Parts: sequence; structure tokens; C-alpha cells
Amino acid sequence: MNLATFAVGAVQLALVVVGGPLLLGLMRRVRSRLEGRDGPPITQPWRDIAKLAHKQRTRPTESSWIFSAAPLVLVATAATVATLAPLIALTPPLAASTDFIAVIFVLLVGSVALALAALDTGTAFGGMGASRALTIGALVEPALLVAVLALSLPLHSTNLVAIVADGSRHASVLVGPSHLLALASFIVVILAESGRLPVDNPSTHLELTMIYEALILEYSGPDLALVTLGESMRLAIWLGLFVNLVAPAGVAANAGAAALVLGLVAVAAKVALVGTIVAVYEVTTAKLRLFRLPELLAGGFILALLGVVTGAVMR
Amino acid sequence: MILSLLGSWTRRRRVSERLPVAPAPVAAAVTLRHSLQLRHVDAGSCNGCEMEITSVFGPVYDAERIGARLVASPRHADALLVTGPVTHNMAAPLERTYLAMPEPRLVIALGDCARNCGVFAGGYAVAGAVRDVVPVDLEIPGCPPHPDDILAALRRFTNR
Repeated sequence: MNLATFAVGAVQLALVVVGGPLLLGLMRRVRSRLEGRDGPPITQPWRDIAKLAHKQRTRPTESSWIFSAAPLVLVATAATVATLAPLIALTPPLAASTDFIAVIFVLLVGSVALALAALDTGTAFGGMGASRALTIGALVEPALLVAVLALSLPLHSTNLVAIVADGSRHASVLVGPSHLLALASFIVVILAESGRLPVDNPSTHLELTMIYEALILEYSGPDLALVTLGESMRLAIWLGLFVNLVAPAGVAANAGAAALVLGLVAVAAKVALVGTIVAVYEVTTAKLRLFRLPELLAGGFILALLGVVTGAVMR
Repeated sequence: MILSLLGSWTRRRRVSERLPVAPAPVAAAVTLRHSLQLRHVDAGSCNGCEMEITSVFGPVYDAERIGARLVASPRHADALLVTGPVTHNMAAPLERTYLAMPEPRLVIALGDCARNCGVFAGGYAVAGAVRDVVPVDLEIPGCPPHPDDILAALRRFTNR
């Protein structure tokens, strides 16, 4: 633990905070262009956040401290992972103890905080959204954990930094069937965790079809700004982790300035590319019926399980 | 199949019409910072205005490019977009929606019915125009207003 690793953490945090809303703007822009529209500029989410930060904060009359704390918890957990995960360099702070399972559960704390806040508002849609979000969460987490198990087989370690470092040193790990199956399951998990199509429609106005949007219906002003920022940071983190597990090319092996700049550009470009692909996929697909979601998520679980089995057999 | 999809996308032309010069912004535009979230309330409309709102956010007029967006909750909204004469049944919900919005809050009355009850003036179900129930910041005339007029009015708020 030294000063350089903390510099890496600070740069990663700045990248995710600034880049998260821009990623959201880019995905909306791509979507608009495919629909034949111009669409908003990619800085629009930042304009929305700047405006919301100066608006009045409203609170439901019967809500408690949980409602006020949830946006802070959401942003704080996302910021923690953004600082500690190997996004632009293999030398983030506390690299020896960055466990993949811990990373998943720190992010889960943010989701649960938001679901509790939705229950706390006492509205019908908040409760419905919370129950749906946690139902999906309960189906996603097993798939995610089994995928982590598959990724950890070659090293006998769930240390996230070590897994990404192993991939960047030995390209053969990246094309192994166990690795590929685990990442295929990761795609399903990311779409579900970040509330994208076909699991949830992020631009829906119909309360009855909402999942994640229903959780934040009562937030306004600075609280809504924090929720928007937190959600976009989480999307950037999931995509950042995904690209570094698929293709860790460009991730800085040391904390030198040149390597860091290269790592920053590389991960930003890769995340922008994957974000564009997700946006294109979203234009071509429809939302799945809620009762068919378990089939999709069970498919993700099976892929991860096959990853573990092939990994264990091929050793 | 993927190749044919990609081909149809790259050939797809932009259908949005070019924007004319922006009209003069209203005073509230400063606090909006080029971003306008709208909550639509149908206070008793015949749905003619709703069809025009739909086309304003469609590909041809594309209000999203000027920073406007329809949202699902009054808590997220900067402005209330009210259509139709206010019926007795919708007067209280309209006022409660207005009070649920965070300050600073704006109201846009869209269409002749919202301005002065239009053809429904004097009807037994009509409580009055929108300005009789909540304070109105901007009125858009027309029955229904042309999407160009709605877009021009929204641009006075987003200043884009």
C-alpha cells in the first residue's frame, strides 16, 4: 500500500463518476440514431443532474431515515467498488483483499438500500417495484456467484485483481471454455442487474411494467440526482469489469503515468464500445414478460454452472 | 440476418426536421440548465392534444434533442403539461399533482381547452380552465396545437 496505488484509485473513481452519466448519454444517443432521431447530446444526463442538484428535496410524509440514506448508500457503494476494482490498472488500492465476491456484495448493498427505500415510501408502486427488484436479485446472485466460481478455478482464488491480471498475462485463459461460459452468464447478469432490456425497460412510463424505475418514483431534486449518478456509475462498473474480464488488453500493469493514461483510454473505449452494442441490442429487442424472466436468468445460471463443470473437468 | 439488419440501419436516414432558430427563452430557463422533465396530466382532454404530444416526442419533431423528456412521476418533473378543460373529477388530482412537484415548478397549459375550455366551455362536467385550478406559466394555443408550436414552446424553456 503506497501513494501510487491511491492515485490509481482516485483516477478510477474520477473516471467512473464523470464517465457513468456520459455512458448513459451515449447509449441514449445510439438508441435515438437507430430510431431515426437526433437524440439528446451525450452530456444530457449531466445537465439533468446539474439541474436536479439545485431543486427542492421532497420526502413522503411517513418515510424514515432509510429513504434519505439510500441514495447516499447507492453512490457510496458504487464509489467504493470504482476505487478498488481493477478498471484501468492492475494496481488499485488494497489489491490483495479485493475479493470478487466482496465486490458483488458491496454492490448488492446499494440495490438493497434502494429497495428498502422504495418500501419505506409506503406507496403501492414502491412496494411492487421492491418485490420485483429483489425477486430478480435473488435469481441473479446465484448465477453471478457460480460464474465467479468458474472464473476463480484456474487460480484457486476469487481475488478480482488476480483474475484480471492472470487474463492479461496468459491469453490462453481468456479463450478457455470455462472462462467464456462464465462471461456469457455475466452478460445476462449485467443486463438484469443494471435494469436494461429485455429485463426492464429503462425509459418506461407505465408503472405496472416498471421494475427499477418504480423504486425511485418518490425521489426528487438532489436525491434523484444522486440516484441517477449512482445507477449510471453501477452500469459503468459492471461494463468495466466485463470488458476487463473479456479482453484485459491495455490495463496498466504498473502505476506509471503513461501506463495509467493508456489504461484509462483503453477501458473508456472498450466500455463505450460495449455500451453501444448493448444499446443496439436494446433497439432490436422487446421486454420479456415478468413471468418469463426466471427462464432467462436460469439460462444464465446454467451457463455459469457449465463453466464450473468444464473448468473442473479440464484441469 | 445480422448483415441485413446492419444494412437497413446504415441506410436509414435521419427523419428529424432541422430546427429553426431558437425562440427567446422564458425567465425560468436559467434554473432549468437546458433540461426539462415534463409530467403530462390529462385533465379531461379529447386526446387530440395527446396525439400531438406523442408526435412531438416521435422521430420527426424529436423533442428529446432539445433536452425535454416525459417522466413517470411528478417528483421528477420540472413542468406540468396539462391538456383539456379541467373536469370536476380531475380538479383535485391536478392540484395534488402540482403540489407533489419539487420547487421551482412550472405549468404549461396545452391546447385551447386548457386555456379557456374550448368547445367544452359551459359543459356540466367542466370545472374551468387550467389557470382556475393551478397557476399557469405558459399557454400553447391551438385545437390541437401543431407539433411545431409545441416544440417551439418547449424550446423557450430548454433554451436550445
